[in-house]
Amino acid sequence: MSIINNINKAFDHRIRLGIMSILMVNEHADFNRLKELLGVTDGNLASHTKALEKEAYILIEKQFIGKKPNTRYSATPLGKIEFKKHIDALEKLIGK
Amino acid sequence: MDSKKYLEDISEIKNMMSRSSRFISLSGLSGILAGVYALIGGYLGYLILYPSSWTFDTYEEIKLSILSVAAGVVFFAVITAFILTYKKANKSGEKIWDASSKRLLVNFLIPLITGGIFILLLIRLQYWVLIAPATLIFYGMACLNASKYTLGDVRYLGITNIILGLISAYFIGYGLWFWILGFGVCHIIYGTLMYFKYDRR
Repeated sequence: MSIINNINKAFDHRIRLGIMSILMVNEHADFNRLKELLGVTDGNLASHTKALEKEAYILIEKQFIGKKPNTRYSATPLGKIEFKKHIDALEKLIGK
Repeated sequence: MDSKKYLEDISEIKNMMSRSSRFISLSGLSGILAGVYALIGGYLGYLILYPSSWTFDTYEEIKLSILSVAAGVVFFAVITAFILTYKKANKSGEKIWDASSKRLLVNFLIPLITGGIFILLLIRLQYWVLIAPATLIFYGMACLNASKYTLGDVRYLGITNIILGLISAYFIGYGLWFWILGFGVCHIIYGTLMYFKYDRR
């Protein structure tokens, strides 16, 4: 039952799935870009990004662009590997 | 287990990956219209180059009229593409000016502006015969480069134009016909394909 084991609980939510998908194909994305693509509220997005950061799947960088604070997100190598495993597991489950 | 949920998850992943990396609201209809403008321009070009009676006196006048027709075609094509793409983006809830459309535009413009400058230098040296091949090749390269950031079909439009450009560099003197083929016929064919594939959903 190794396939089921690869289904990662950390990704078992539509918004986290979306965040990871975006960060797989983009080097990085900032808060507003994620918000716009996912269509979620600030608080909602913040709690999901924190959860993913806790697992060390994404990196959160706070920086300043001029005088504006800007939060930038990127996927860690670990996050990419784990998400890939998750996708493979999903595909196998559907394939059955 | 609930395989319907997994299926939805997979489609959400695919959707987010493509939405975040590609600008998908490019209008196929605008491609068709760009082709139509190019055909009209081609017809005007034909009238200028092969007049029934000699109305143009100088070589200079002919060159100037050809260049203004070409500029007119580009102008109307760009305006149309902008308006139709704006409408399509509005309909699908995609923003017309966001990270994906910016990336698309930048990657399209780099080869295109390179080509533009190169062609101005060709004009300066009076290498008229190389202008048609150069426009087709650089436009093809621009499409090829841009295709990574928008609907994949643009890639084949690019490749077709590059090939046409190379052929036209061999058959010197038939530039107008290759322009009509590349900018007119190809745009209409690929625009129609894209229109039926994406616009009508």
